Amino acid sequence: MEVGQMQRQWVDYTKSLFLEGLLDGQFLQLQQLQDESNPDFVVEVVSLFFDDSEKLLNDITRALEQPSVDFKKIGAHVHQFKGSSSSVGAQRVKNGCIPFRNFCEEQNIEGCIRCLQQLKQEYYLVKNKLETLFAMEQQIVAAGGSIPMLELSF
Amino acid sequence: MESGFSSSSMGFMENVEQPHVLAVDDSDIDRKLIEKLLKNFSCKVTTAENGARALEFLGLGDHPNHCNVSKVNLVITDYCMPGMTGYELLKKIKESSVMKEVPVVIMSSENIPNRISKCLEEGAQMFMLKPIKQSDIKQLRCHLMNCRS
Repeated sequence: MEVGQMQRQWVDYTKSLFLEGLLDGQFLQLQQLQDESNPDFVVEVVSLFFDDSEKLLNDITRALEQPSVDFKKIGAHVHQFKGSSSSVGAQRVKNGCIPFRNFCEEQNIEGCIRCLQQLKQEYYLVKNKLETLFAMEQQIVAAGGSIPMLELSF
Repeated sequence: MESGFSSSSMGFMENVEQPHVLAVDDSDIDRKLIEKLLKNFSCKVTTAENGARALEFLGLGDHPNHCNVSKVNLVITDYCMPGMTGYELLKKIKESSVMKEVPVVIMSSENIPNRISKCLEEGAQMFMLKPIKQSDIKQLRCHLMNCRS
């Protein structure tokens, strides 16, 4: 595949992530911050997000398995997760945190368990999609091309 | 030109080509983001992961020293942090005789009017809602440097 085709594929794939609501405008902010002095900025920030998220999801899972559930601690984890997903533009993950926090406040264990399931689904979905996107970027760069700048309106 | 805030705070950002900003946030992602956002607007950036470290850097910690006092032109801090909140950090800065004129900006992911007015009453220069964007930093620089545009 030649570079122009790869770039068009990248643009289409990225647009689909926005159209499906997986990503929001904050992700565009990250892309706009990437420049020659920080050519891997997006990958670096998103990698931090992946590391933080896996740890948060593990901590929440374990906390829900305890004989005496600490809803306050779980709520704090969910608040953190909401913040980090919002900062990288992972819209559906961020939105999944909102009902979760409510269930924590209500100390509703079933609600929390359901939310955790949902959150894991959304997280692994966006993780998968972003990894695919980054792989496309690597191919473009390896072929001597550059990653297109997205227009804001589409 | 009308400004709406004290001239002593303006002095810190006016005529400063490369303002030195201390950015405080317990989230590593947000620290990385705010650092890049500020650097893109020609700021020199030091980050701290909590209020205690921030105070140490400012020379207001357990072992007071004044070596960084004149260097910092702005403190930007997250509100929700474990240990010392951004509000508590703001108070400590405003209570200090050496640092009280340094503008402090509070960031938060939550738009709570009580929280915002509490911070502004305590002397915060601005309150910014997360996630922070380039336009927010542009507004911040204009606000603190009294831009005419």
